[in-house]
Amino acid sequence: MYDVVIIGAGVCGAAIARELSRYQVKICVLEKEEDVCCGTSKANSAIVHAGYDAVTGSLKAKLNVRGNEKMGELSEELDFPFERNGSLVLCLNEGDMPNLQALYDRGVANGVKELQILSKEEVLKMEPNVTDDVYAALYAPTGGIVCPFGLNIALAENACANGVEFQFNTEVTEIHKSEEGYELQTNKGIFKARYVVNAAGVYADRFHNMVSEKKIHITARRGDYCLLDKEAGGHVRRTVFALPGKLGKGILVTPTVHGNLLVGPTAVDVEDKEGVNTTAEGLAQVIEKAGMSVRNIPIRQVITSFAGLRAHEEGDDFIIGEVEDAPGFIDCAGIESPGIASSPAIGEMTAELLAVKMGLTEKDDFIPTRQGIKNPNQLSMEERNALIKENPAYGNIICRCEMVTEGEIIDAIRRPLGAKSLDGVKRRTRAGMGRCQSGFCSPRTMEILSRECDMSMFDITKSGGDSKLVVGTNKDII
Amino acid sequence: MKNYDIVIIGGGPAGLAAAVSAKQSGIDSILILERDKELGGILNQCIHNGFGLHTFKEELTGPEYAERFIVQVKELGIEYRLHTMVLDIRSDKTVSAMNSEDGLFEIQAKAVILAMGCRERARGALNIPGYRPAGIYSAGTAQRLVNMEGYMPGREVVILGSGDIGLIMARRMTLEGAKVKVVAELMPYSGGLKRNIVQCLDDYGIPLKLSHTVVDIKGKERVEGVTLAQVDEKSKPIPGTEEFYSCDTLLLSVGLIPENEISRGMGVEMNPVTSGPKVNESLETNLEGVFACGNVLHVHDLVDFVSEEAAAAGRNAAAYVKETVNTSEEREIGLVATEGVRYTVPSIIRVAHMEDNLKVRFRVGSVYQNCFVSVYFDDERVLHRKRQVLAPGEMEEVKLSKEQFLQYPKLQKITFKIEEE
Repeated sequence: MYDVVIIGAGVCGAAIARELSRYQVKICVLEKEEDVCCGTSKANSAIVHAGYDAVTGSLKAKLNVRGNEKMGELSEELDFPFERNGSLVLCLNEGDMPNLQALYDRGVANGVKELQILSKEEVLKMEPNVTDDVYAALYAPTGGIVCPFGLNIALAENACANGVEFQFNTEVTEIHKSEEGYELQTNKGIFKARYVVNAAGVYADRFHNMVSEKKIHITARRGDYCLLDKEAGGHVRRTVFALPGKLGKGILVTPTVHGNLLVGPTAVDVEDKEGVNTTAEGLAQVIEKAGMSVRNIPIRQVITSFAGLRAHEEGDDFIIGEVEDAPGFIDCAGIESPGIASSPAIGEMTAELLAVKMGLTEKDDFIPTRQGIKNPNQLSMEERNALIKENPAYGNIICRCEMVTEGEIIDAIRRPLGAKSLDGVKRRTRAGMGRCQSGFCSPRTMEILSRECDMSMFDITKSGGDSKLVVGTNKDII
Repeated sequence: MKNYDIVIIGGGPAGLAAAVSAKQSGIDSILILERDKELGGILNQCIHNGFGLHTFKEELTGPEYAERFIVQVKELGIEYRLHTMVLDIRSDKTVSAMNSEDGLFEIQAKAVILAMGCRERARGALNIPGYRPAGIYSAGTAQRLVNMEGYMPGREVVILGSGDIGLIMARRMTLEGAKVKVVAELMPYSGGLKRNIVQCLDDYGIPLKLSHTVVDIKGKERVEGVTLAQVDEKSKPIPGTEEFYSCDTLLLSVGLIPENEISRGMGVEMNPVTSGPKVNESLETNLEGVFACGNVLHVHDLVDFVSEEAAAAGRNAAAYVKETVNTSEEREIGLVATEGVRYTVPSIIRVAHMEDNLKVRFRVGSVYQNCFVSVYFDDERVLHRKRQVLAPGEMEEVKLSKEQFLQYPKLQKITFKIEEE
């Protein structure tokens, strides 16, 4: 019996788990995938929006501004990459100025600080590669970029250090009301909980609708992206948006916190909640639209493309709170953009809500900080040599493109909630995320996983489940 | 900080041949830095034969070919360090490198030879749409898994790209028990050597579909199939030509890119066509004393030519260190690639620095039949060589002699082009 079961180990589930772990309470997170950060949280723009987009008074507006404010401190506490690089929303003709002004006014009303409207000259001085067609732009210095995996993993690891239990490969199939709370049927047996938090991303409607008569519907809204080589990373320094349209914030061009250039996303509603396939039309649209905001994007330097699903709810706002006709069942649904930016505030709000409702008391031994995987590239020569002397694995480069050492990969595997697959290693260390896209390092990372996890090479997967990487030995079926 | 006359970045075929020739040219202080666990580079996973026909007049496997040079390196007492990654090189030729034994260390070189080789282009370079499941490998990664580690990446294979590695892997996967269903090639011609099409596809009845590409990848966890479609002259898929192939593996052999991150970091000027450094007749980059050879300079088809080129780089680096080069005349003649010729290596010739003969290597941009390779010294055509077939997959060469240049004391520009008559 748990006090709280959280469904989903994405960024919201992890943020809620971490914030709730401040209290004396028994928590379990159920995740259907093999790792944290496997759904919407892993494939998005990774923008910490400033907070001018959402309708004033909405949860999105409130939590975005609050989440943005918290992100700096959180990144220091939990040691994940975050940078306030600033955002620009471009207005390409005079006729659209009222819309840009409205965005500014909304930002001010939402409590976004330091907003400015810049002239064409000011924009081009700031970002010389922005299109010459720019008429003016809204500049939000508080906008930022974050490592989406880093944030999610850091929150989960810290929650784990504070006693939260995580169950992976555990898919909730049914939820029943019980006398003490809820019983969650899974492929790994029944989990009982007094309270349930539904942080299931694109599946949040499924779980909500199991317990409530007041149905909700989450649409999976797919977005295609292209990621460019680090050589193109300096093409813009700030995140560049077009003026928002009906389906979202349009196609952006941004540096990533690791120094690549990211362009996307499209917005296409799809039936399949696992439908993360890119399409030729989508990728073409990304390239075309991005070119309308920023000139000469070196498209030849695309190293990978991917698609993510936003969890869009018709009410167009986050749904956070106890479900009216299901006491003890807390929704955290419809978390689309600005979900990453809001996640620290979503965690805070949901945890406070539960703390009050459950009458929780704070722990006195809460550990607020977490150490990320050491990045030797940031050390001085002396520090690095001391590290290699202590552990020679830090002198052995496995991923040449991102210069990731064996020491980092071993740390990623051995730490609590450690990596179990190639993608798990990749999201924690960046091994395989560079320009050769794991061509050189995947056989070596597989060897390390096999050795560290005491797993046969035939059981090593790309990302859990049936995503096996090798199927046999030479001539074994001849 | 340790000092060496010549530091060679990479212990593959280029680095080995450069080291041997520099040593034979009288330089004793040479260090090869190799990131892998053994010398030989990518040859170690190329266990098929066909190497060495030009160099040794016999047919060797990749590891055998490498061994010939490794033996020489050892016999000549050339120093090398394995498991050692070069992190960066400053323009003053200070090399920072790292391994688990020595940690992070710096070396001061008088001359540097860049011999890092190349990497394979990944799926993203073609922006192939679809899912991103397990079972998508670059052909070289699959080659390493099969040939060096003995693991089969899959049972039913579709290969995109008919570059040499793709062709070789079609045969290898077949020999190891997989079914290779088809090789698709975006261009209307293969990017590989003719002999490989015959020996790796035709001999095994594997179909080659020219002007085809992958337009969708199916399978959420492991590849379940790919859809091929025919493409038009602009390489755009033609609607209605889609054909689904069920398979568990997609191998990509869609081109090689010289690995010049270190070169760029030190300020070496690049040729956007080759993605390799711009070099002069001595294979020297815009940075004095920094030479390049092998696939880091431009992607080769045959290792024999890599060895030959690298030997020249080694001799030239040795001459640079010994300061035996006559530098009285610094006149530079530019080489221009045009009308069907994509690039030349070198792209600058300083006659005073030339050896007696210089091989200029180049590639053409598409398939030509019954045409001429022409070389112009300024406006005068000095070479007009009839060729039955020229293809982008086969590197071409033209030999220029120093003597020839002495007859043109005012020469400013050499033009390479393909002519119909």
